[in-house]
Amino acid sequence: MNKNLKSLGLLLFFAFIAAAPLLAQEATVSESKASLFRLSLIVAGGIITLAVAAGAFCQAKAISSACEGISRNPASAPTIRFLLLLGLILIETLVIYALLVTIIILMVKWGAYA
Amino acid sequence: MEGLEHSLAIVEFFNKIFGKPLATLLGLAGIRVKDPSRCIPDYIVMSLVVVVVLAVLLGLAARKRRLVPGKLQSALELIIGFFENLLVDIIGPEGKKFLPMIGTVGLFVFFSNVLGLVPGFMSPTSKLNVTIGCALTVFVYYHFQGMKAQGVIKYLKHFAGPIPFLAPLMVPIELISHFSRPVSLSIRLFSNIFAEEMLIVVMASIISYLLPLPFMALSLFTGFLQAFVFVLLACIYLSGAVAHEEEHA
Repeated sequence: MNKNLKSLGLLLFFAFIAAAPLLAQEATVSESKASLFRLSLIVAGGIITLAVAAGAFCQAKAISSACEGISRNPASAPTIRFLLLLGLILIETLVIYALLVTIIILMVKWGAYA
Repeated sequence: MEGLEHSLAIVEFFNKIFGKPLATLLGLAGIRVKDPSRCIPDYIVMSLVVVVVLAVLLGLAARKRRLVPGKLQSALELIIGFFENLLVDIIGPEGKKFLPMIGTVGLFVFFSNVLGLVPGFMSPTSKLNVTIGCALTVFVYYHFQGMKAQGVIKYLKHFAGPIPFLAPLMVPIELISHFSRPVSLSIRLFSNIFAEEMLIVVMASIISYLLPLPFMALSLFTGFLQAFVFVLLACIYLSGAVAHEEEHA
């Protein structure tokens, strides 16, 4: 009973912390801007989630092919390791582009534009 | 991105000493500075800090070169050997002459990335201004080296592709791919360091001094990795520009 109460209290505490910025923003923004702000948050979350999902899948494919290549031919390990790192960084660049767009969307003060 | 900056003590100190003279100098050139006490931006002061630290550290390490190296000298030999091996692996034996530029860019980017973790400093590479500067330097350098190694006309003829009949198709594609290189270099470095710093700030707003620590350790690793990738891509662009005719695929 005591443990359940403690974990419930912790959950409420974190939920309050997570919701606090949202409440703070809506207190100073007019009604039409509030809907734009809500939409921008959802869109930003959607962009970065899709980009991370696609990026992680493609990186997993690259890593599995590299591991299989090294296991077939251990002498070519330095070459394959170099190609693997290069490929991973190029895929990650695309995910970072999406992260940059998300950060820009989150940082813009939507209420400041008429 | 407003409201993200806070003033650092070193930047204010630097501006107190050099802000007014620089503002008067710029006034002589016809540029009016709005606020002489905030004339020099924080990323310029931090870049100067990186330059001074690197020059002092590496200068001290290279001073008395002995045959059996001491501690600082063997650390320096490790770093220089790493860059040299990378260059020779990618470009071939004539890659060694690019060592000054590649080593400088690599060490500058690495120290700039890591400087943001020290309290009281910020990474200059967390601003797009600095990373565009680094990327444009590499861009101009590899084109210049390509023109020097192959002659200007012959280097520009490479843009037309293998068959001259396809030139109107190949030239725009090659131009776009060449101009996308500094864009991708600068945005990759800036976004990685900026996002890592933003993550540390968000973590510090949850539990102040304890929660950022694992993320700062991760930031050390990604700072090194991003500097390595910057140098690696610079070497690959150099090898593409400097490669002689018989080595083309």
